[in-house]
Amino acid sequence: MKKYRVLIAKPGLDGHDRGAKIIAKYLQEQGYEVIYTGLNQSPEQIVTAALQEAVDAVGISVLSGSHNYVFPEVAKLMREKGMEDVLLFGGGTIPEEDIPQLLNQGVKALFRPGTPLEDILRVLKAEVG
Amino acid sequence: MPEEKKYESLSGIPIGEVYSPPDVRGLDYERDLGYPGEFPFTRGVQKNMYRGRLWTMRQFSGFGTAEETNERYKYLLANGQTGLSVAFHFPTLKGVNSDHPLSRGEVGKCGVAIDSLRDMELLFAGIPLDKVTTSMTVNHPAPVLLAMYLTVAEKQGVSWDKVGGTVQNDPLKEFFAQKSYVWPPRQSVRLLVDTMEFCLKNVPKWHPVSISGYHIREAGSTAQQELAFTLADGLAYVEAAVERGLDVDDFAPHLSFFFDAHMDFFEEIAKFRAARRMWARFMKERFGAKNPKSMWLRFHTQTAGVSLTAQQPLNNIVRTAYEALSAVLGGTQSLHTNSFDEAEALPTEEAVTVALRTQQIIAHETGVANTVDPLAGSYFVESMTDEMERQALRYISKIEELGGMVNAVEAGYPQSEIMKASMEFQKEVESGEQVIVGVNKYVAEKEPPLNLLKIDESVERTQLERIEETKKNRDNQKVAAALERVRDAARDDSSNAMEPIIEAVREYALLGEVCDALVDVFGSYSDPGTF
Repeated sequence: MKKYRVLIAKPGLDGHDRGAKIIAKYLQEQGYEVIYTGLNQSPEQIVTAALQEAVDAVGISVLSGSHNYVFPEVAKLMREKGMEDVLLFGGGTIPEEDIPQLLNQGVKALFRPGTPLEDILRVLKAEVG
Repeated sequence: MPEEKKYESLSGIPIGEVYSPPDVRGLDYERDLGYPGEFPFTRGVQKNMYRGRLWTMRQFSGFGTAEETNERYKYLLANGQTGLSVAFHFPTLKGVNSDHPLSRGEVGKCGVAIDSLRDMELLFAGIPLDKVTTSMTVNHPAPVLLAMYLTVAEKQGVSWDKVGGTVQNDPLKEFFAQKSYVWPPRQSVRLLVDTMEFCLKNVPKWHPVSISGYHIREAGSTAQQELAFTLADGLAYVEAAVERGLDVDDFAPHLSFFFDAHMDFFEEIAKFRAARRMWARFMKERFGAKNPKSMWLRFHTQTAGVSLTAQQPLNNIVRTAYEALSAVLGGTQSLHTNSFDEAEALPTEEAVTVALRTQQIIAHETGVANTVDPLAGSYFVESMTDEMERQALRYISKIEELGGMVNAVEAGYPQSEIMKASMEFQKEVESGEQVIVGVNKYVAEKEPPLNLLKIDESVERTQLERIEETKKNRDNQKVAAALERVRDAARDDSSNAMEPIIEAVREYALLGEVCDALVDVFGSYSDPGTF
């Protein structure tokens, strides 16, 4: 059976990595191949890592208020690299009202604080496998 | 028959149905508690505690530009807040300027943007620095921000011996908790000792370090780990200062601490009481401190940010009130109460006012401030205090086996312990074993959106323009020479880097320029990315 690959990334200077690490660990336990970028990644670095690692999905955790910059930028770079088949998702302290416009720009799913891990798994299973 | 429920504290300490004299059989009042103001200070560092002076109500605050934050400070002071506490944006915490590529999208978002002395002048405009005390939450770049603060005081005509406050400046916990590191562990401790030494001589009312458990807990640790790792960091700093040749009884009275007040009410009270007892014994027995003030563990508390929920945000007011009450019953010296909208954004003025009022209600309406350490002698609280101490000492022994906290951090020990604890907690929430009201129980179908504080995207532009303007108006040759002196001081372990840093700041060297000069010598640290 194919092991799907997921990149979990932390963009910018924000050091809040509890959520990112929990998701990484959980998805690994659920049978995914997980690559975690560590902190302080630029959008270019995230997309390069996703290409190099040939991942099926990219998950970005943002708790710095920079979501309106980071997600559209990563989505744009992924389009430029022809990564239409790679799922882009994310989570963090993202106000409800910012979500629709981010989903319109190529982000498949965004998870707010308090989301059960199973909900994230369900979306990944449906979209990636 | 329903399944038998397991009774445990939030941090996994088994909790009995009822406590009675046998649970505290080993407790010796004089040895283990003492009267308030007496060794081992379990009951409080002062004899009369809040009758002498209430805790300082210090709301952590900063957003957008220095001008916007300055307005918020004036509002808070006008509403009865008694001290300032600066929240810097991520670029400042990481020692880079607003024009760094990784700063994109983060400028002014989670705190105020400070790139140079110019911003600091605007931040404290009209606030006399001899009348307020200020706490600055910044760690590896702390010497640079302290240098800016002292230079602003100088420009206001306030001499340094009248300047009071705290800079967090707790470098080791950055590697496993807040993750705003710049240089590697050993170099970061050297710079901390530089600031301790400098303040002892020049800024006697300043606390050059606030040894912080808060971020450790927020990163997912248990209460015991928070207590143990914080004290272990403190022990490492005391050892480094003694090695530098400083006298324990000179510098130890200036050490301060910072803890989290989490959801489990009695566990937190036990943690605060155990912390005081443990530190007093370490200082007296291990370091031979003679001055009682060297043995005092004085601390600031912040209610648990991680306990705030985006769901049903008004519930956060209640959570915060209980957490704050535990800090007061635990004898805190100052307190920050979180605002109900902070699971999603920085607080609005309305939300921050409710948070401040929560403290004022505890202080003036509930009567809890009238009696010192009112829970002493409770079979349950004393037994929890002992257990908290026992478990924390076990972690500290393990760290000492590894050769102390610097080595433990390099080996990734606290990192992996916190990861395990945070995963375990998450699983308890997932299974419903740990109830979070509004999240995994009593969930609301539909919730009206909150009115959130928005940081204008123009902040980034303002900062970029100000950086250009600063560079144009200063003497760039003087700046380059000053930065070279910073490098020289960093290279020489026997010199103190604080004075060259102050010189560079005075010439309007940018924060990122000073930090880069230090990185040139110290090297930098990056996340190993383990999980």
